[in-house]
Amino acid sequence: MALLEVDDVVVKFGGVTAVNRATFTADSGQITGLIGPNGAGKTTCFNVITGLQKPTSGRVRYRDRDVTRWPVHKRAKHGIGRTFQRLEAFGSLTVRDNVRVARDIRGGPLAWARTAVPAARATSKGNLEIDILLDRVGIREYADERADAIPTGTARLLELARALACDPHLLLLDEPSSGLDETETDAFGELLKDLARQGVAILMVEHDMDLVMAVCDDIHVLDFGQIIASGPPAAIRNDPAVQRAYLGYADGDDHTAELDLTAIVEPEVQS
Amino acid sequence: MGSLFAFTLLGLFTGAAYAIVASGLVLTYATTRVFNIAHGAFGMVLAFTFWDFTQRQGLPTLLSLFLVLGVVAPAIGWFIQRFVTRGLGEGPVSVALVVTVGLLVGLIGVAQYIWPPEPRVLLPFYAETGWKLGDTYITAHQVVTIICSIVVAGGLYVLLNRTRTGTAMRASVDNPELLRLFGGKPDTVAAIAWAIGMSLAALGGILLTPAVGLDYYALTLLVINAYAAAMLGRLKSLPLTFAGAMGLGILEAWAVAYLPTDGFWSTIRPVIPALFLFAVVVAMPQTQLRIGQVKGIVAAPVPNLRKSLGSGAVLLGFAFLLIAVVSRADVLLIGIAATYAMVMLSLVLLTGYGGHVSLAQFTFAGVGALAYAKLDQPNLVGLALSALVAAGVGALVALPVLRLTGLYLALSTMAFAVLMDKMIFQADYAFKFNGTLATERLSILGVQIGSDTSYVWFMVLAFVVMGLFLLWLRRGPLGRILIASRDSPSGCGTLGLDLRWFRVGLFSLSAGMAGVAGALFAGLRGTVGAADFLYFQSLLVLLLAVVFGVTSVTGALLGGTALMLLPVWQSSSPELAGLLFAVLGFGAVLLGRDPNGIANHLFRLGRLGSSRVLPGWEAKLRERMEGLLKPSRPEPAHSIDTVIETMIDEPKGVA
Repeated sequence: MALLEVDDVVVKFGGVTAVNRATFTADSGQITGLIGPNGAGKTTCFNVITGLQKPTSGRVRYRDRDVTRWPVHKRAKHGIGRTFQRLEAFGSLTVRDNVRVARDIRGGPLAWARTAVPAARATSKGNLEIDILLDRVGIREYADERADAIPTGTARLLELARALACDPHLLLLDEPSSGLDETETDAFGELLKDLARQGVAILMVEHDMDLVMAVCDDIHVLDFGQIIASGPPAAIRNDPAVQRAYLGYADGDDHTAELDLTAIVEPEVQS
Repeated sequence: MGSLFAFTLLGLFTGAAYAIVASGLVLTYATTRVFNIAHGAFGMVLAFTFWDFTQRQGLPTLLSLFLVLGVVAPAIGWFIQRFVTRGLGEGPVSVALVVTVGLLVGLIGVAQYIWPPEPRVLLPFYAETGWKLGDTYITAHQVVTIICSIVVAGGLYVLLNRTRTGTAMRASVDNPELLRLFGGKPDTVAAIAWAIGMSLAALGGILLTPAVGLDYYALTLLVINAYAAAMLGRLKSLPLTFAGAMGLGILEAWAVAYLPTDGFWSTIRPVIPALFLFAVVVAMPQTQLRIGQVKGIVAAPVPNLRKSLGSGAVLLGFAFLLIAVVSRADVLLIGIAATYAMVMLSLVLLTGYGGHVSLAQFTFAGVGALAYAKLDQPNLVGLALSALVAAGVGALVALPVLRLTGLYLALSTMAFAVLMDKMIFQADYAFKFNGTLATERLSILGVQIGSDTSYVWFMVLAFVVMGLFLLWLRRGPLGRILIASRDSPSGCGTLGLDLRWFRVGLFSLSAGMAGVAGALFAGLRGTVGAADFLYFQSLLVLLLAVVFGVTSVTGALLGGTALMLLPVWQSSSPELAGLLFAVLGFGAVLLGRDPNGIANHLFRLGRLGSSRVLPGWEAKLRERMEGLLKPSRPEPAHSIDTVIETMIDEPKGVA
């Protein structure tokens, strides 16, 4: 039994089928890639897994439990963390406070009451843990910046730090490396492997094929909402269906996702 | 069952007029995401315009109708969309709400100024004509209403499904940006939608005026009927909106027919739209969390503990001196200002920090006052219980809307305020119709704060304590989570925060704070009645709070003082009473986009002054605040609201 099982999930927005009978898994200690052209339904899959989007049909199982009907916060409490493709950082708080909020929420009302006492509030212990976390993702120098004033790549790392503050078992990363330069991407890849070694299950939507091929244990390819291929990186790289749908016609050299053949715009999620 | 048929028919006629108003509301909301609370108020002003054309100018009815529906209303709609509500749909819901509440108050002011209160009659169309259908008499006006609603329904269907503009409108509902990319013009589409929406508000208003009366407030409240009807279609579906309107009309007619005309049941009729609304809201399915950061949000300035304590002490000293100097009547006015300021503090928590809007905040003060009067425990226990009762009622209001988004919560609070105003407060178990309840002043440890001066000073003290509490809250974890939940609900949700209950708790706490204000107000006045807590007062409280700064305690203090002065000015020159409302309302329209308000400009001014006069002191202050607020940024923000944001992160002195 894998930690996360997405089973036959369908999501329809009006006439558009964004996700069409997708079935895939992600397991502890592994990095799983979810790739596909723009509009393939990757982010929608993430929204279904985290509970932000109700599937039209199908199930989501997590730790052997059917969580399809669980609300967002309950899934988070049980260890599903995520980052967003379109940023959801708390813009008017500092980077450090963004992470602190995550810890506060995790602690629950009792912890709020405790830390509300001025003397205990700025204790070095809490601050230290937050700074270690910021160090780990490499954005410590931005700790006192407002989150809406930092570069996009940094904000993605901030979302990662925020998710990590909740000690997730399953971490969903939505295009985490966009906005990072090459060195930063390498460091980021190492961080992911490190997290996986600690037993976290990582499910990642990513357009940087070099990164995906380098770190993923397993890859699922989505096209028009359907899983067209699953397997280890080597198999995916050579899969003709994947090359046709995604990488461009048999052009083995071009591993980037810039060849956007379909040019479908991601359907707007109804709020 | 002749009478059942007759009353159902009657209800259908009223419902048809509601449907016209409601479809205009849905059209504007669906295409621009701006809920126009002033929809009814526009209908009111345009109905007055129609009266002016026909009765005062003596124009022929059909010409007047054409002028109002075909020229004036579309022009106003176009103007409002272009210069007032444009771009509001993408911003925080609270800003859009405040701006349209500003329009509502401003329009009432304009109407009172142009058409001062006097009896006016707008006759039904073809007043003398009618037909007998069985034992039912149908007037020509009713037939006209039905025909109009059918024409509107058909016209909207053709517009939306058979024309390019309509297709663009429907596209604009889903994604205006995408529409722009494909060569559509979302701005034009929005302007057309507002022009049509305004005409529909006018038509509905004119058709309903013979029944409702040419009344500033009654016509304005039609927005609740329209909203209730539109909720059945989730503010999207026009057919369901028509169904909702008809259902509401029929319910009202049945209420007239079958409910007793005296006692409790007689008071239900005016609140049927509100009750209908709550019933629909409770039956609505869960909405999903909004994905996407809310843009254009401003941060609340937070002073440190020492500074807030110091400012509080200064305020107390100043109040002490002021109370000693002024006359007795003015002492009471200071107490009233303190009441308003405390209610506005509860809005600082809810709106300034939390990003939610309440259009019933003064009603919660009324609940607190009622509880205080009824409990007859003029001591701290009674005060605490009053606050608890208000907090409980606040939770009750928020609970039905638990599963919906902030907009619905705000709109439901307006329905709640009307419900309390028209029914509960006037009931025999409350203040009674036109009645008052006597209250005693608070005793602390058996010592009554009897004199006006000491009691008013105690109220100022209560304001200071409440302000300190609020700032303490804001500096702590709860404050951070508040800001976070406002910036990104989805972010909070995926971190494990149950936003539904968090919102109920926040709303309840805010209502409790307003309840304390109300209880102290009751003690100040000695007698309180339903007339002290009209729903309209809550709108004024919200507007002045935002104009003066709903993100700071100082803003609440200034806003409370201003709201106390408003009736004083109005009574000193009654002919300008309406004009003052207009100035206030349209001022809020201009300033509503920046919730930091006037207080923030004062902080800036003060900072400027002190940096000129006391550079050394300033440097010391900066040094001290360095740890609390972030230092200067290396680069401008990526957000469009650079101007606003640069205003925010300066340290400010807040009481």
